[in-house]
Amino acid sequence: MTAFFQSLGMSHDWAWFVSTICGILLIALPLLLGVAMIIYADRKIWAAMALRRGPNVVGPFGLLQSFADGLKVFLQETIIPSAANKGIFLIAPVVTFTVALMAWAVIPFNSGAILSDINVGLLYVLAISSLGVYGTIMAGWASNSKYPFFSAMRASAQMISYEVSIGFILICVVLWAGTFNLNDIVKAQEGHVLGIFNGFAFNPLLFPMWVMFLISGMAETQRAPFDLTEAESELVAGYQTEYSSMAFAAYWLGEYANVLLMCALNATLFFGGWLPPLDIPILYLVPGFIWFLLKVLFFFFVFSWVKATVPRYRYDQLMRLGWKVFLPVSLLFVVIVSGYLMATGHFA
Amino acid sequence: MTVGHLIKSFTLWEFVKAHWLTLKYFFKPKATINYPFEKNPLSPRFRGEHALRRYPNGEERCIACKLCEAICPAQAITIEAAPRADGSRRTTRYDIDMTKCIYCGFCQEACPVDAIVEGPNFEYATETREELLYDKAKLLANGDKWERAIAANLEADAPYR
Repeated sequence: MTAFFQSLGMSHDWAWFVSTICGILLIALPLLLGVAMIIYADRKIWAAMALRRGPNVVGPFGLLQSFADGLKVFLQETIIPSAANKGIFLIAPVVTFTVALMAWAVIPFNSGAILSDINVGLLYVLAISSLGVYGTIMAGWASNSKYPFFSAMRASAQMISYEVSIGFILICVVLWAGTFNLNDIVKAQEGHVLGIFNGFAFNPLLFPMWVMFLISGMAETQRAPFDLTEAESELVAGYQTEYSSMAFAAYWLGEYANVLLMCALNATLFFGGWLPPLDIPILYLVPGFIWFLLKVLFFFFVFSWVKATVPRYRYDQLMRLGWKVFLPVSLLFVVIVSGYLMATGHFA
Repeated sequence: MTVGHLIKSFTLWEFVKAHWLTLKYFFKPKATINYPFEKNPLSPRFRGEHALRRYPNGEERCIACKLCEAICPAQAITIEAAPRADGSRRTTRYDIDMTKCIYCGFCQEACPVDAIVEGPNFEYATETREELLYDKAKLLANGDKWERAIAANLEADAPYR
């Protein structure tokens, strides 16, 4: 795209700047639209599994429900509690929302269709997802109210616990792919198993890692059954308790953007991203972007499915799962995977 | 802990079973109806919005005996009575505070002339509280509006009264 803008007579720096801005808009705007639709999809899937109908009044099949909700929220008053730390209170939702969008910079949507093709893409994703907890902590602290505060404490402990095992899981993937660049990780999955299956998840050694990554991803994005930060039976609405209007909507959008990001990571790291699931020439006729989208939507369905099925964990169960099950098992698999790769001469 | 138990816990067997169950439910027909467009059948004894009925010749049934006012456990009914120009005893005021009413149906049971009844209508939400303080005119209008449904319900329930 830089070359295109250069052909319009811009200097190289300006062409790069303009093309990057265009790239950001090309990702962020469809993403926001996608988030609105995915909220609707989430409600529909959840409703269907409870034998309910879900939103079906606004627009055809209720497709415009999220926009109606957004408009309603937009017209409401932003309430700032008098005891709150005003600045941080208002910045917190912006932080959550921005961070949720930032990580999309390194997600490959198609072969080479990536905003920022950096060779430490996976580290960047890890760093950004760690930053995400700051929005929650700031909200919990600045609200100056006990339930948001409890929620923030829970969120920080939860995210740190699961990031540890996510780190080890990703090490297995990186060992096998031999790169941190997400585009190259996708390419490494081409014909990974028996020369037919595109994706690390089809590998028996990495399949358990994928299951753990999926579960940790749910914990990381605070989705049910790990949504202890907004456990309404204990904490009212968690860190969002004191928020209203657009600040609340920003949290809502950020949360779902994060969930979509986790789905995209699942697709990219374990299911071959923009590659078709099977390494058969005819499947390559479908554009890579479509495969990527289908995989993301599939994983979102799984996320909703889990939400509709599994009851919320107790906090000690959450901690036990993270530290006493996932951490040892993922460590063990790092040893097994690296041992296997050494024995088979993968690094030679 | 047996081997079977270990295998079950490491293959997440319980979760797989639970998700299979919810997936089956996902494809089942919905249990809920499409409410504003579809409605459930109501019993003839359904106790909804109140109405004051008239005789077929247009004369109002209520004779201001105040039995409904006396029995109302929520004291939602207020009646004032006076002789009319033709000498018959009639209500000059018949108010029901619908915000107090508990829809017990005692008023229609107490009524000797089937004047006050609870009709089949339950969709009368209002935007202000004041609109729920029904007066005689509103109740008579309800009676005129719902007379056919109310008469059919009374007839259906008549053998059991």
